[in-house]
Amino acid sequence: MTDHEDNLLDVAPGEPHNNLVSEVAAYVIGLGLALILTGISFWVASTGALWAPGIATGLVVLAIAQMGVHLVFFLHITSGPDNTNNVLALAFGVLIVFLVMIGTIWIMAHMNANMGPSPEMMNLQMQRG
Amino acid sequence: MTTEAATIGFTHRGSEDTGLGHRGPESKSIVVPYGFWLFVLSDMIIFSALFASYATLVHATDGGPTTNQLFHRNLVAVETMALLISSFVCGLAMISAKRVNMVWTQAWLVATGAFGLVFLGIELYEFSAMIAEGAGPQRSAFLSAFFTLVGCHGAHVTAGLLWLGTMMAQIWAKGFQPHIIRRLLCFSIFWHALDIIWVAIFTIVYLIGTLS
Repeated sequence: MTDHEDNLLDVAPGEPHNNLVSEVAAYVIGLGLALILTGISFWVASTGALWAPGIATGLVVLAIAQMGVHLVFFLHITSGPDNTNNVLALAFGVLIVFLVMIGTIWIMAHMNANMGPSPEMMNLQMQRG
Repeated sequence: MTTEAATIGFTHRGSEDTGLGHRGPESKSIVVPYGFWLFVLSDMIIFSALFASYATLVHATDGGPTTNQLFHRNLVAVETMALLISSFVCGLAMISAKRVNMVWTQAWLVATGAFGLVFLGIELYEFSAMIAEGAGPQRSAFLSAFFTLVGCHGAHVTAGLLWLGTMMAQIWAKGFQPHIIRRLLCFSIFWHALDIIWVAIFTIVYLIGTLS
């Protein structure tokens, strides 16, 4: 097996392909999609035409979509067999990120709702004052 | 017979044969960026903790200024554009570096750094304006979390710009040697990752924070 074939077997994250046109095209497509998604995000946030309670969720979905665009077109993370290691590492990273964020927000919101000062405590504070 | 045995890994002919259909560890050009990719992912886990604390503390304003009063969308839009274009241009620099083109590589890297500086300049302007009007990190738990999260990203961008300058000097002085190219590849991974984190920041902190 030659070195060249070796290089085709595994691709490092961030490494572009082998043809000038397709390499540049990947970045241009990525930039275009990122611009469109960013534009939609700012429009969604400022327009009054959408159902207000759903806007925050919509913005998060748009952000996740844009992160996907960056991963695919800028960092060249693909579903091909040469990218398995990078994808698995990314999947584990995403798992931990979601556990930390959703776990924290969930638990802290419940503690905030359920662990406020009890009526007796409030009463004691009043007496002291 | 000997060949067959070697294929299934019974002999040590070709001492790097692991019997797994591949000869030994990957080349450095694969292993180094992969290791750096793991670092970047763990960096994102750090940011997830900062995002979680920000989301928990965002309403703890202690009677001080709130997100709606502090953030300006137009400024953030310019910042976002600067960082996105910087990331794109960094990709063009990588394409030029792969073709061993000194002039274009350096030109695109200068552009990468210039757009990065625009981003950093706007961020520092925003921070100093907030601190000047009494909305510094010591004002409330919300502002502490804000400055920690966004400031940590800004610190990463600053470190990235220093790294960028170092890489430009190394390419200039040492040429496109394999280990220099590996460092440049790691830098581009770092730079693209910072843009991904910024997408989360402008959405969660600035856009959701200024919904009426």
